[in-house]
Amino acid sequence: MAEAHSQVAVAEAHDGAALVAHQFDDFQQQAQADSFGMWIFLATEVLFFGGLFCGYALYRNLYFEAFTAGSHLIKVAYGAFYTVLLICSSLTMALGVRAAQLRNRTSLMVYLALTWIMGAAFVYVKLRYEWYGDYLEGLVPGLNFAPHGESLEIINHFHATLPHVALFFVFYFCMTGLHALHMVVGVGLLTTLMIFTMQGKTTEGNYNWVEIVGLYWHFVDIVWIFLFPLLYLIGGRYL
Amino acid sequence: MSTLAVEATPTFPEVHYLNADYGWRSWLFTIDHKRIAWLYLFAITGFFAVGGLMATLMRLNLIEPQGLLMEPASYNKLFTAHGLIMIFFFLAPAIPTVMGNFLIPLMIGARDVAFPRLNLLSWYIFMLAGGVFMFSIIRGGVDTGWTFYTPLSTTYANTNVLSAAMGIFISGFSSILTGLNFIVTIHKMRAPGMTWFRLPLFIWAMYATSIIFVLAMPVIAITLALIALERIFHVGIFDPALGGDPILFQHLFWFFGHPEVYILILPSLGVMSELVAAGCRRRIFGYSFVAFSSVAIAAISFMVWGHHMFLTGESVYAGVVFSALSFAVAIPSAVKIFNWTATMHKASVSHDAPMLYAIGFIGLFTIGGLTGLFLASMGTDVHLHDTYFVVAHFHYIMVGGAIMGYLGALHLWWPKMTGRLYPEAWARFAALLVFVGFNLTFGPQFILGYLGMPRRYAVYPAEFQVLNVMSSAGASILAVGYVIPLIYFTWSALKGPVAGPNPWGAKGLEWTTPSPPPTGNFEVTPIVTEEAYAYGPQEAHVG
Amino acid sequence: MWYGFPLKPDQASTISVEWDYLFYFLTGLTVFFSALIFAFVFYFAVKYRRRKKDEIPPQNEGNLPLELGWTIIPAGICVFIFVWASQLFMRSQRPPTAATEIFVVGKQWMWKVQHPEGPREINQLHVPVGEPVKLTMTSEDVIHDFGIPAFRVKKDVVPGMYSTEWFQATKTGEFHLFCDQYCGTGHSHMVGTIVVMSQQDYARWLASQMNTEPMAAAGERLFGQLGCNTCHGAAAKISGPALQGLYGSEVKLQNGKTVTADDAYLREAILGPQGVVGYPALMPTFQGQVNEEEVLQLLAYVKSLGPAAERKTNQ
Repeated sequence: MAEAHSQVAVAEAHDGAALVAHQFDDFQQQAQADSFGMWIFLATEVLFFGGLFCGYALYRNLYFEAFTAGSHLIKVAYGAFYTVLLICSSLTMALGVRAAQLRNRTSLMVYLALTWIMGAAFVYVKLRYEWYGDYLEGLVPGLNFAPHGESLEIINHFHATLPHVALFFVFYFCMTGLHALHMVVGVGLLTTLMIFTMQGKTTEGNYNWVEIVGLYWHFVDIVWIFLFPLLYLIGGRYL
Repeated sequence: MSTLAVEATPTFPEVHYLNADYGWRSWLFTIDHKRIAWLYLFAITGFFAVGGLMATLMRLNLIEPQGLLMEPASYNKLFTAHGLIMIFFFLAPAIPTVMGNFLIPLMIGARDVAFPRLNLLSWYIFMLAGGVFMFSIIRGGVDTGWTFYTPLSTTYANTNVLSAAMGIFISGFSSILTGLNFIVTIHKMRAPGMTWFRLPLFIWAMYATSIIFVLAMPVIAITLALIALERIFHVGIFDPALGGDPILFQHLFWFFGHPEVYILILPSLGVMSELVAAGCRRRIFGYSFVAFSSVAIAAISFMVWGHHMFLTGESVYAGVVFSALSFAVAIPSAVKIFNWTATMHKASVSHDAPMLYAIGFIGLFTIGGLTGLFLASMGTDVHLHDTYFVVAHFHYIMVGGAIMGYLGALHLWWPKMTGRLYPEAWARFAALLVFVGFNLTFGPQFILGYLGMPRRYAVYPAEFQVLNVMSSAGASILAVGYVIPLIYFTWSALKGPVAGPNPWGAKGLEWTTPSPPPTGNFEVTPIVTEEAYAYGPQEAHVG
Repeated sequence: MWYGFPLKPDQASTISVEWDYLFYFLTGLTVFFSALIFAFVFYFAVKYRRRKKDEIPPQNEGNLPLELGWTIIPAGICVFIFVWASQLFMRSQRPPTAATEIFVVGKQWMWKVQHPEGPREINQLHVPVGEPVKLTMTSEDVIHDFGIPAFRVKKDVVPGMYSTEWFQATKTGEFHLFCDQYCGTGHSHMVGTIVVMSQQDYARWLASQMNTEPMAAAGERLFGQLGCNTCHGAAAKISGPALQGLYGSEVKLQNGKTVTADDAYLREAILGPQGVVGYPALMPTFQGQVNEEEVLQLLAYVKSLGPAAERKTNQ
């Protein structure tokens, strides 16, 4: 795949010449710099999430029961739904990059739109249904943390302690919240890309914008692939 | 011994990056790395003045055991602001954003950095961060110490923790973007023939620094965000009363914090290699050892954070590992010092201001590094921890090391930046004042720490007064040493004699362009065919 | 102002002697190497000064044996210091089993001390000379640090946990006590005095204090007042676990783990939101009803019950 990419890049180096910024010698140098820059940025992002993962691991170890109970209080169905959504959106994003390389404006538009819809659906379902549901159940620390009814039974079943369950939810909201924020940024980037594509700016050999947004999108998906088992699956309730 | 061809009469180019365009827009919206370097230079000089003024007030207050000027509450805010400003708004950006921005493209033979617009954005983010932070100071300041230890910062402090943390949080993104830009630039923008082992050592150091920027800054950002969450929503992430763990904060903080202090010193180590090479007209002795020692320091710096926590109740076995790794970081630092010293052997050592700063640096960094061993040793750290010994140690590295390096860099490349020379005699005098003032300020603090005087004390027992007065006296000399360059640099920028492209007879691509360089740096992309610092034919090894 | 201008701190504990040896060694090393480097740098700077504006010196690429030499020799010295310093640290952290235990609670901005025999002090600590003393410390608010320069000991005092520090004084007299961890506005006022007395004087001092109710007795009184004996008392109708012989014994938790009932365990049982994590959550929390000093008294009471009381925490 990497081979194919660089061949496309070489073949199209001339066409992109008009879009090469003054500091670069040619389009290939620019494309490489752009995607390398995105890789470095993703390294930063790993460490950005890393602090949260580290805290989560520590407290899960300290307050095992509370974190198990916490996992039971959030709905695996949502997590599974997001996972399917994000994996599909990664596929459409990858196909979009391919379409940009092949200068196929129509199919690029279709793939970007599909990715956009799935990304937006993720954010919408998360806010409107999952988090709002958590709020109604009194599971938001700092706002209304007061689990009642079935939630309380689950907590008692695990002999978990309320402040520590709250700690689970702090991490749950921080980690999925930071991830959702990245999704919102990603959807924004996709919107920009679609405007550029409509103006014909991304299918003239300079597919590197699509490629770096794709890198970002895949990264955000991978973060979710870690969040899903850590928050929903480990010790969680499956139905 | 061969000689160097010196040009007859230096000339000032008619069109260069400083006069290529006029008006405030041409500066505030510039994407020329050299102009962005100037934007940073003005900003950090301002922050340095504010931070320095705060240090002066602190030293004045400490003349009297009960405090000469102010209440402890004000003193606490003062040292917190001094630390935060100096670390996040002066030292961390100083060499990377001013010298790095100006020099990296010039040294590697590029027209600009890889992402010029991102570069300008970094400056705006930096200014926003500085604005938010200064706002928190003007509103009354913050008194948690620069370390923001929990639960003091999350629950007990009733000062402007949120806005101060917000300022630091934002500044982190400026540093991340700068680091990202430099890494990509060094990887992808080198001129033909400029291989990794032909790079000037300053570039190696900037590369190591950038990696730390990119990997350490996000950790402090997320940690400060958690502090903000805890303060706003009263959730127990770090407060034990709410189920949290205050020690987790220290782990996260120092995982960032120790690499951060290498952000402050590594660029200076890179500058040093350039100062010594130019001052001795010599290739740096053991080039590859010096280059790799920068990378080694950066790598090990991520594994030593626990040495700040020997006394928190951290497991002694964890402590032993952190202690051993901390000793390991001393070795590459020592290697650098030995190599610089060896470079001077049988060289042609100039006595110009840049080399004087380099000589001062070698001495002070040696002392700073060796006193670090006292603190890496778990046994001795017990008594010295959180005393003035620590304060003296890190000021030998930060002020004796990092600021000497920064001043040395300014003196070496000032003619390149402005095309003009500064009065050499005044520069030498200022270098001497800085060296003497510095030692008088921080030398006595080693003894104070050994005696047990804790850091961050607004009032102290009377028997420590003599040493404190000595320290304050030294600080006044140091302050004069810092003000003099400000005056002659301003004069030089306006009226200094024309420097010509290479006033020092130094090697390096940056000296092949006119001073000041044109907007695109090089008329034709240079092709590199020789090693860095190729001053003359190699002679056989001296045994 | 010149009154008492010391250049070295008092040497008043057993560990301070050993500490000073290491410190002197490191100082000697620092002075030696700094002088060496300074000497070389100044000598080269003068001897090889630039004599003509345009001269180029002979070039010298490097020298592998030299590079290896100045990597390996410092590394060897570092290993030597590391081993010495770590050994000293290990010894300085492990209190002897026969140590007298005194309890310290840090609070913005004062030190509260309780002796097991009853007397309490604020910002003062009276100790006997020539006897190992172990401090068990905690904080009511932020992190503090209990440092005694003359003894070369120091330890962070962290809320929510117990930290320990020990020393054996070798000199009678008064010494500084400093809070070494920045703790807010009054940090520099969080200082006090360590009074080291001869053993007879110390016994006399203990007896002369107002409060002579031993901590264990005070704990027993609290035990009744707080209603602990309803569940944990000998004749309790609702049966909580018996406390006789509990201290220092192994407790099996619901999740299968076994823990030792030490200070930290008992503290969590009393203050934890629902007792010890992993233990049936029947007991209400006493957080907010008892302060750290009272918890220490309750602990003293539990320790005084039963055969395991002789065992020390530090095993």
